[in-house]
Amino acid sequence: MAGSYGSTLRYKNVERIKSIGKHTLLGASGEVSDFQEILRYLDELIIYDDMWDDGNSLGPKEVHNYLTRVMYNRRNKFDPLFNSLVVGGVKNGQKYLGMVGMIGTHYEDNHVATGFGNHLARPLMRAEWHEDMSFEEAVKLLEKCLLVLLYRDRSAINKFQIAKITEVGVTISEPYALKTFWGFLAFQNPTKGAEGSW
Amino acid sequence: MFRNQYDTDVTTWSPAGRLFQVEYAMEAVKQGSAAIGLRSATHIVLATVNKATSELSSHQKKIFKVDDHIGVAIAGLTADGRVLSRYLRNECINHSFVYESPLPISRLVIQLADKAQVCTQRSWKRPYGVGLLVAGLDETGAHLYYNCPSGSYFEFQSIAIGSRSQAAKTYLERRFEGFEKYSREELIKDGLFAIKETLQGEKLTSAICTVAIVGVGEPFHVIDQQTIERVIESLDIGDEDAPPPAVAESAADEPTASQEPGTAPMDI
Amino acid sequence: MSSIGTGYDLSVTTFSPDGRVFQIEYAAKAVDNSGTVVGIKCKDGIVLGVEKLIPSKMLLAGSNRRIHSVHKHAGMAVAGLAADGRQIVARAKSEATNYERIYGEPIPVKELADRVASYVHLCTLYWWLRPFGCGVILGGYDRDGPQLYMIEPSGVSYRYFGTAIGKGRQAAKTEIEKLKLSDMTCKQGIIEVAKIIYGIHDEAKDKAFELELSWICEDSNRQHQKVIFKHNKTLLILFVWKEINTLF
Repeated sequence: MAGSYGSTLRYKNVERIKSIGKHTLLGASGEVSDFQEILRYLDELIIYDDMWDDGNSLGPKEVHNYLTRVMYNRRNKFDPLFNSLVVGGVKNGQKYLGMVGMIGTHYEDNHVATGFGNHLARPLMRAEWHEDMSFEEAVKLLEKCLLVLLYRDRSAINKFQIAKITEVGVTISEPYALKTFWGFLAFQNPTKGAEGSW
Repeated sequence: MFRNQYDTDVTTWSPAGRLFQVEYAMEAVKQGSAAIGLRSATHIVLATVNKATSELSSHQKKIFKVDDHIGVAIAGLTADGRVLSRYLRNECINHSFVYESPLPISRLVIQLADKAQVCTQRSWKRPYGVGLLVAGLDETGAHLYYNCPSGSYFEFQSIAIGSRSQAAKTYLERRFEGFEKYSREELIKDGLFAIKETLQGEKLTSAICTVAIVGVGEPFHVIDQQTIERVIESLDIGDEDAPPPAVAESAADEPTASQEPGTAPMDI
Repeated sequence: MSSIGTGYDLSVTTFSPDGRVFQIEYAAKAVDNSGTVVGIKCKDGIVLGVEKLIPSKMLLAGSNRRIHSVHKHAGMAVAGLAADGRQIVARAKSEATNYERIYGEPIPVKELADRVASYVHLCTLYWWLRPFGCGVILGGYDRDGPQLYMIEPSGVSYRYFGTAIGKGRQAAKTEIEKLKLSDMTCKQGIIEVAKIIYGIHDEAKDKAFELELSWICEDSNRQHQKVIFKHNKTLLILFVWKEINTLF
């Protein structure tokens, strides 16, 4: 939940998971200001959608595709929004999970991650994800990933939120910390054995 | 020739609060050959009468596919109808591009109606002279709308527009309460019977009508002539009289909605 | 009518010698012929009600809505040409969103009413436009509490405790005046509005109609929300009570 000012950990309580409408969750990495701008776009989108009040509503797939268009459009104007976004949700029994990059790259998968998560978390998820995971199992796996990310990224802080979305609704957890153990041998002298000129 | 001094300009209100130019545009719909629509819970059938103006020419196209889930039938100025169906196609494509999902019918219809309304409020424009039956399927189910030149739109269980549509409307009004549960075949059949009503005794053949359908698991498409021919033959619709109403006679006894004199027909 | 045939009544940009703009008055006629629309301000919110005339029995119930949301906290009921009404609703929606985009908070109802009225008024200023053939009742809830406005084709907008437009406006206003609005809750108010609309509808003479209702109050989280009842006069009061109590 950190918001950095360059390499300074300036803010420690930035919420980066938001619910969008009734069926969608959005998580973001990158520029916090750009993310706030995206949230404004989505707020207007959802208000307009709700005002019709005609039984139709935007689901996660629509929101994901909309974001894809916004991100790609901005990159074509050479004015990209500096975010990687993760979009997930459930509508009419259909689960959906996808991600959008800052230049409009996008895909759908059973597990997604942004930034370092692509390198550190997804291999773990690839190994352990399975179709009929329970919520508890999924949280356990996510926490395992988050812990690795915390250990490996010096600019990360030990404060997380986990969100869940089902047919019934959205719950975003209160911020919480994971139990860490810094006594690993590899942590004692991290540059030991590292080759380099500096 | 002129009915009064208030009827030459779209932007002029009559003392009774009517817009004659808009009403005249609605008249253009009545001059066009008939179009009818029927909907069940899962399907919508559109049917049109199309007669060639000359022995040497083909007939005008009256049914347009807008997207896989939407189609329209028109009555009135065909050229206006084509312009509007191109607009509808564009809206659907743009929606698919942004959301990768089909455009809800009710929203498309409102956009179309808003576009039509603008033409009734600018002195340099004229209202569209066409009525559109918009049929489509979306996440809220099957829908049939009628859009008219005034910028109004209505959602119907079934409706007939165009020349001599009153006969078809009467036929449909006797039976529409059963349509919700109809199968697609029954809808087509009643559609053809309704079309026959507008022909005033002329024999119904597959050459003078077009029938299209959209429904669950079935993208919008025009049903080919051979199939319609077979349906007409198998049902003996060609000459036979219409079947008795499926619902209680009391429903049929109600007077049909008719225009009160002196009121603007814009809410029809 | 003295206006007819004088030539002073053919354009919105023509004044008659006695200072009237007949085209606006004619547009108002279109509103006077439409189904009645009622709006009241209760102590805790706003209730809007519409007598929506049904021109054909093959129409589906619930279609052709005359009450629209214009933002989370505001709603609009339209009397007159529904097509014209939708343009006003569209304008109100965009004014409301634009305001929030700039100032970061929902538009005050007074501001919204002013802006919408300016738009309606704009159409009375140019010969190449015509005045809107509809009047709207705008209800909203902001930091100053619930507010109710009515905007007419001329572009005037006044704030009301309760008002009505359309065919039965006189009778409806008389009924509204009998109510003790200042100590009435929306739950009571919505029944009164339903009763008024059923009361002024002449079943023998008028076309069939559908009752459309909405409110903005604490129970709806200060958001504009449609309220649906069963459409049966004899059962109405019964249903109203039953449904009100099971609504939340």
